[in-house]
Parts: sequence; C-alpha cells; structure tokens
Amino acid sequence: MTATAEMPKNLSQPELQAAFYDLNEHDHPEGGSTMLGFWMYLMSDCLIFAMLFAAYGVLGGSFAAGPGPKDLFDLPLVALNTAMLLFSSITYGFAMLAMEKNSKGATQLWLLVTAVFGGAFLFIELYEFSHLIHEGATPMRSGFLTAFFSLVGTHGLHVTFGLIWLFTLVVQIGKKGLIPANKRRLMCLSLFWHFLDVIWIGVFTFVYLMGML
Amino acid sequence: MIPQPAPVSPFLGKLSLDALPLHEPIVVATFCGVALGGIGLVAALTYFKLWGYLWKNWFTSVDHKKIGIMYMILGLVMFLRGFADAIMMRGQQAMAFGGNEGYLNAHHFDQVFTAHGVIMIFFVAMPFVTGLMNYVVPLQIGARDVSFPFLNNFSFWMTTAGAVLVMASLFVGEFAQTGWLAYPPLSNIAYSPWVGVDYYIWALQIAGVGTLLSGVNLIATIVKMRAPGMTMMRMPIFTWTSLCTNILIVAAFPVLTAVMTMLTMDRYLGFNFFTNDFGGSPMMYVNLIWIWGHPEVYILILPLFGVFSEVTSTFSGKRLFGYSSMVYATLVITILSYLVWLHHFFTMGSGASVNSFFGITTMVISIPTGAKLFNWLFTMYRGRIRFELPMMWTVAFMLTFTIGGMTGVLLAVPPADFVLHNSLFLIAHFHNVIIGGVLFGIFAAINFWWPKAFGFKLNEFWGKVSFWLWVPGFWFAFMPLYILGLMGVTRRMRVFDDPSLQPFFIVAAFGALMIAGGIGAMLVQFAVSIWKREELKDVTGDPWNGRTLEWSTSSPPPEYNFAFTPIVHDIDAWEDMKRCGVERPTEGFRPIHMPKGTGTGIILAGLSVALGFAMIWYIWWLAAVSFAGILGYAIFHTFNYKRDYHIPVETVEATEAERTRQLAAAGA
Repeated sequence: MTATAEMPKNLSQPELQAAFYDLNEHDHPEGGSTMLGFWMYLMSDCLIFAMLFAAYGVLGGSFAAGPGPKDLFDLPLVALNTAMLLFSSITYGFAMLAMEKNSKGATQLWLLVTAVFGGAFLFIELYEFSHLIHEGATPMRSGFLTAFFSLVGTHGLHVTFGLIWLFTLVVQIGKKGLIPANKRRLMCLSLFWHFLDVIWIGVFTFVYLMGML
Repeated sequence: MIPQPAPVSPFLGKLSLDALPLHEPIVVATFCGVALGGIGLVAALTYFKLWGYLWKNWFTSVDHKKIGIMYMILGLVMFLRGFADAIMMRGQQAMAFGGNEGYLNAHHFDQVFTAHGVIMIFFVAMPFVTGLMNYVVPLQIGARDVSFPFLNNFSFWMTTAGAVLVMASLFVGEFAQTGWLAYPPLSNIAYSPWVGVDYYIWALQIAGVGTLLSGVNLIATIVKMRAPGMTMMRMPIFTWTSLCTNILIVAAFPVLTAVMTMLTMDRYLGFNFFTNDFGGSPMMYVNLIWIWGHPEVYILILPLFGVFSEVTSTFSGKRLFGYSSMVYATLVITILSYLVWLHHFFTMGSGASVNSFFGITTMVISIPTGAKLFNWLFTMYRGRIRFELPMMWTVAFMLTFTIGGMTGVLLAVPPADFVLHNSLFLIAHFHNVIIGGVLFGIFAAINFWWPKAFGFKLNEFWGKVSFWLWVPGFWFAFMPLYILGLMGVTRRMRVFDDPSLQPFFIVAAFGALMIAGGIGAMLVQFAVSIWKREELKDVTGDPWNGRTLEWSTSSPPPEYNFAFTPIVHDIDAWEDMKRCGVERPTEGFRPIHMPKGTGTGIILAGLSVALGFAMIWYIWWLAAVSFAGILGYAIFHTFNYKRDYHIPVETVEATEAERTRQLAAAGA
C-alpha cells in the first residue's frame, strides 16, 4: 500500500514542470458530478423513508383500541393505485428512450403521459385518505394511523413534488430543447421517479399486503 | 411567568406584545446591547459604502474559500453567544446555595442550558467544521472549486438562517426549555405549549438542509475533482477525514430531519408518534434522535483528527507515521459510530444483552482512536518539532482528549453508567472530548491555515496568552464536575441544598472565567494580527514549510486556486514538488473556466427564515406565501442556464506575474 512513485532523477526544469503541472488543461465538461450528487441525495431521502418504515414497524400494532389494517384497507383500490404508479414508471422509460433519440416532441408527450398516471395515483391516494378520515380513522386516532398516514403521505408528497418538477422540465425542454443540461435534469428526475416506485413497492408489501395477512 | 397561550389571531398568529420578554432585565439589556451594536455595524457599513462590496464579493459568491471564511465567522459569532450562555450557568450554579435563588429564574435557566447545547453543536461546531472543510479540501485536492458551487452558497445561507431563528428566539418569544435534544413527552405540545420547541424544530430543520447539501457537495467534490495522480490512498489525511465526515453527514442528518418532522406532526397536528397515550412511543424518539446524534459527534471530531494529522506531520518535519493505518482507523470509526447509539440510554432498560452489545461496540471505538494517537506520537518521535501555536494546541489536545476518551470508556460500562447517567460526570466527559478535541482542533486549524486564507500569520504572543488561559481554564472548569458527578450531582440543576458542593462550583466558575480570558485574548490576537498584518506578512504562500497542495499556491490563493492543475505523485504532494525542485511555471497560461456568483442562495434562505418564523408563530398566511415564494424562486432559478464564465488569460497572467514579482522581492 505504498503510495510513493519515485520521480526519475536529473529531469530538466521543463520536464519537471510537465510532470507536476497539467500544462495543457482543457475546460472540464459541466455537470460531471451531477449524477453522483443526485444519487447521494436520493440515498439520503431513502433514509428518511427508512425512518418512516421503522416508525411504522414500531407503531404499526398500536391501534389504541381503534381500527386496524383489516378494518380499513381496500386492497383492490390499492392494487389499482399501484398499477398507476408502475405504468407511470414505464412511460417515463419511454420518455427517456425518446430523449436518447433526440426526439423533443415525443419526450414531452411521454412526460405528460407519465404525469397523467402520476396524477391518477395521487387522486386515488387522496380518495383513500379522505375515505379513511371520513370513517374516523384519522392520523390522530392511534399510533398505527399516525405512522400509516406519515409513511404513505410522505411518499405522496414526493410524487407531488416530482410532478411539479416534471411540468417544469416539459416547459424547459420546450424552451431550450434537449440540450445536455436538460438531459441531465431528465436523468435526475428519472432516478427520482423510479426511486419513488421502489419505495412504493416497499409500502405496498410492508403496509398493505402484510397488513391484510 | 410564561405568557398564557393567547388565542391565535388570523393575522399575527400567536404573536403579540406579550411575546417580547420585557420582564427579563438580562434579556432586555442584552437586546439593547445587540441593537446598539447592530445599528452601529449597519451604520458603519453604510457610511463606508460596503454593502455593494459585501453583496457582490461575499454574500453571492460561490467561491469555496469565501464561503469557508463566512462559515468560520458564523461559527465565531455564535460561539460568543454560546459561551455567554455557559458563563451564565456557571455563575448561577456557583451562587445558588442555601436558599439563594441565584439570578436566573427557572424559565430563563432552562432556556439557557438548552440554547447553550443547541448553539454549541449546531451553530458553532458545525459551521467551524464545515467552514474548514470548505476552505481546505478543494485546495488540498488541487481543485478550483467544489462540485456544486451554487449549492455551497445555498448551504451556508441555510445554516445562517437557522442561526438567525435561534437568535430571534432570545428577543421574540422564548427558546425550548427541554435540553438540547428536546425529548418528548416534555417537548410535546401538552408540556411545552408555547413557541420554544417550535423555534428549536424550525431552526434545526432549516440549518439541516444546509448541512445535508454541503455533505453531498463535499463527497462529490472529493470523489470527482481530485487532481490527476491523486489516488484515494494519496489523499491528504484531512481530506480523508473530511470524506468520512461527509459520508456520516449524508447518512445521519436525514434521520434528524425525519425525527424532527415527526415531532412537528405531533405538536402541530396532534399525531401520536411520541405521545404517552394513543399508542405513541416516547422512547422511539430517544432511539431515533441518537441514531443521528452519535454519528454527529464523530462528524464533529473526525475532521479535527485530520487537522491534528496535518499539523503533527508539518511541525515535526516528517511524513505522517502510519498513513494507511490512519485511513483505516478513520473508516472503522465511521462504521462503528452507527453501532453505539444505545449507550446514550442504557438506563432505558433494554436488558443485559442489548446493553452489553452496545457497551462493547462503544469500547471497541477506542481501539482505532488509540491507533491514531499512537500514530501522532510516532510522527513526533525523532522529529524536529517546532512548537508553533498549531502544534501547541495539538499537544494540548492529545493530553486532554485522552483523559476524556478514558472517562468515555468508563461510561461505556453499563453498570457504571447506571450510576453516572445524567450526572455532571457525563457533562465533564463530553466537554472533555468536545472542547479538548473539536475546539482545540479548530484553534489549531485557525492558527495553521489563517496565513493561507489572509496572507499573514497570527500574532504569537496573544495566541500563547489565549492558549495558557484556555487549557488550564478548561481543567479548572471541568475537573470539579467529574468529582461532583461521582458524588451524584445531576445535570441541569438550578439551585442546590448541600453547601458542601459549593466550593466545587466556585472552582468551575473560576475556570469558566479563565476561558473567558482565553476567548478575549484570541479576539485580541485576531485584532492585533490584522492591525500589524504588514509585519506578519507571508508572500511565499508556504509559511510553515507545508506538505500538501494548499501550500503550493499563493496566500490568499487567487480566485481560481491554481493557474495550472498540479499532478500528484506522492501523499505529501507539495513536499514532493519541493524535493524534486520543480519551479512554478510562469508562462503558457490559459483562460480558466469558473462558476458565476448568484443571489439565489441568500434569497431562498431569507424566505426560509420567513417560513420558519411563520410556522413558529402560527402565522399561516405568511407560511403559505413564503413557501410559495421558495418554490417559485427555486423554479425560476432553474431557468438560468448561464452559470459559468471564463477568467480571461490576461487576468491570469497579471495575477501570476504579480506573484512572481512578490516571490522575487521576498528572495524566495
């Protein structure tokens, strides 16, 4: 593990300078760290979800004599909701394929289709929430409902934020086209969108399916 | 004493004239002092027409060096505030015996000890550490800036926004009275009904955004932007410890964000995360917050371990002993720091097996730490040691920190912890490691890198005065607390019955006064050094015969850091260049590609202060407006695609010619 590389002796000054300084440096392309940085941000976000899952793990059985999962969850509705989100991931994939072909219009179109599915997901989730609250199963009712609404609601907030970002990008692609900066942004949103899918798979399994067992 | 929660008005929320602590003479006097000083400062800046300069060259700058310096100034200002809290507590506890109530009432005293802890950790130690990493890391790795320069500026201002909210709590409303980690159920709305805990929550949330983003930024910088030839195992140790610290930040601060959000939901919407009833679990809070909190102490100390390594090696005139073992020790500490959190609450009653596990992991951390200590000692062994100020602080650290580490191992034994938990022994222990490790390290670093940042050394006489007041002052202030803790005195007490304890508190207060003298001497040291900067000037850029790349450029470095990116062949890259006799190239310069400054960071942070203040005081319309403002302005910012420019080659040539001239004049 030695990190020393011996310099040859008796180098002339120009040779030394060439060995120790990058004399013909060119501009570094912009955004070289963006994907790494965004990935780290996503992992930190993942930790927030990990905490919410942990809280659900701790509080998930604390019904405080109130309703439990079997009294509340409507699995077909949640399955439909899951389908909406999964479809939106596929259509985002199509948007990325269109971007690879430098097809501006198709990229925008697939993004908007993604937004429709994402919006449908949010709509169904809000319907579910309002239904629960209407039945008296509010987050204030028990530790279980607190953890449930917080975990699922945080995911929903992320989807909402993703949609705002998506519409911003549609406009930016319209204005500037598929320039490298916009492609980078599309890549980041793509990571974000699929990440939310992965989290949802966890929510669906851990909260809904296992709750109904 | 505490204003009764008034009805929430739709326009001003909970805010009313009662929120001004006019009944607290100490606070009123402080406010008058701060207001006068503030008006004086604003007037001076206006009179000397400095606003435009500050805005253009500092506040909106994305230069990592300027942001680093601004972090250090923030840390210093908040340090004075945090120390004022400390000396108030020492004074109170030294006099409140035998029926004497002291001069602080319970409501005020409880805020003081909470604010002291919060400020010292979040707004002193964190800005100092982040500032150092910001300033030094890009220079050490031969880079021209960080990976995300705008994000860096934004991070700084978000940290400042959090500090602004904490300071506002002193004059508008109250701060939390819960202790620095705000355990529920005490911190829940039922027991802390007014705004204190809300100030705490929003200050930490807003500052936390800054900390997290700066962590992401510095990791990306270290991974992606090292000079050619600098493999991971050729990185300077300070860069290594910074990398590990930032990994800890990214992996720990989201936990704090999550747990603060949960507490927010409990307080604002009546959720049941941490309530006693309806199935909540207050102990879950304690677990979650320490899953952040324990890594946090390593976030603070690791970069300073790096500083001590650089200082020891430089002032012993030798390469660091055991470079690889130092790297692996740092990595082992990074990992172990996630496996010890439960030692903060052995008394929770998790049972013998769980407590044993966490007791043993805690003791195991002392092994890599001990390895580091031996590495520093062996670096000094047979070295030609120069006892300049940075080295003096390093030696003081080794002696002090070792004692603190040993009392830590003592506390890691669960049966001993059951006796010492929450006692002044614990207080003495963590001040022993945080002051003896983090703070002494920061002082070593300030004395070490000041000439790099400003082009002149710090005055040695006043530095030594400060050192000799600080180090014995520390021992006077905290040894009595060890003894008191062993006798069973608990922390956070405002008054005492047993008069036999008083002499110990008087000695501790004397120690605090010595420390006050040390801080004063340090401020004098800065002032004298700035006053006599021509005498203390260093034009070589390398006043200590340094070993790493930051010493290869001028002091202060030009905006672009390096006219030519250095190529690295050795761990001590600059020492290697000096040994090979390479001369600095003086022609063939090229235009340099740099990021442009932007006001977005300070604007978003200002809106965040408004949002935080509105949420604290239940001013919903202002919260909605400022949140919309943040979102809107952030989106607006993304429509700006022109974020870089080139420094023309003539400017680079002129700057470098000036350096050539100065070096020739100095005969270097």
